[in-house]
Amino acid sequence: MTGSFIYTKFNYLLGWARKFSLFHYPYVTACCGMEYMSTACAHFDIDRFGAGWTRFSPRQSDLLLVVGTICQKQAPVLKTVYDQMTEPKWVIAFGACAVSGGIYDNYAVVQGVDQIIPVDVYVPGCPPRPETVLDGLLKLQEKIQKQEHDWRWKKRNS
Amino acid sequence: MEETKLLDELGKTFPDKILETSSFLGDTAVVIVWDALLDIVNFLRKKPYEFNMLLDLTCVDYQGRSPRFEMVYHVFALAARKRLRIKLAVPDDQPVVDSLTPVWKNANWLEREVYDMFGIRFEGHPDLRRLFMYDGFEGHPLRKDYPLRKRQPLIPLRK
Repeated sequence: MTGSFIYTKFNYLLGWARKFSLFHYPYVTACCGMEYMSTACAHFDIDRFGAGWTRFSPRQSDLLLVVGTICQKQAPVLKTVYDQMTEPKWVIAFGACAVSGGIYDNYAVVQGVDQIIPVDVYVPGCPPRPETVLDGLLKLQEKIQKQEHDWRWKKRNS
Repeated sequence: MEETKLLDELGKTFPDKILETSSFLGDTAVVIVWDALLDIVNFLRKKPYEFNMLLDLTCVDYQGRSPRFEMVYHVFALAARKRLRIKLAVPDDQPVVDSLTPVWKNANWLEREVYDMFGIRFEGHPDLRRLFMYDGFEGHPLRKDYPLRKRQPLIPLRK
């Protein structure tokens, strides 16, 4: 009984800590990048939600923002970037192209990044307004808070 | 009009190579026979015309028509500020056209793009590889007979 109480509290604490210290890696390929820049910079200021630190190395980040169209030629690169990120990691599909391929239903474009990597939050829009992105970020934070967290001394799948 | 002068001159110099000319509101076009491309282009490149810039080079697929493919070249004379469009039909049995890389350097990548998208081969091109699509991609996606929903992913998809 006491054990499970401590576990729950610790899990809550870990979720709280993780949701407010997201280091994001922007995988920017298209025009959604402009909206990403506006979200990240002073006008909308993503730092208010604790996700202000942009890391340009996947190994140092835990939130992958897939911003823009992903074509078939690029798919292996995105997969490698995702695989390089250390656990725990989350993914936001940013914009219509990353969500579903958008208007590009053709030979060249992947029909949604969830065909390559698992996605946590889908942010629709072409491109999405910065408010939409921040709403998506809040949704992700909610999700992280509710998740069961994995920490080092806890055995996996036990 | 200078455009009509140019077209007259072309018609006189290559009497049996020019099939059709038109000039309307500064939009000058000339349709030539397939094997005369390099001669005509070298003629235009030199003085007095000096079409020293290749603006664009592309291909059109008229499926169901014979000849099926048509190459379109847009050239520009910087000094005279004149534009000219050159068109030529590509024979069906062997879609091969002379490469313009020796004349204009930027034809290199443009021709690689046309080769990638339409499968037209360019005689004398130094490095005719695909430009946009990846190795192992089958077919030429801008041909009208390329299936609309055909996908060729590089890595296995999750669903």
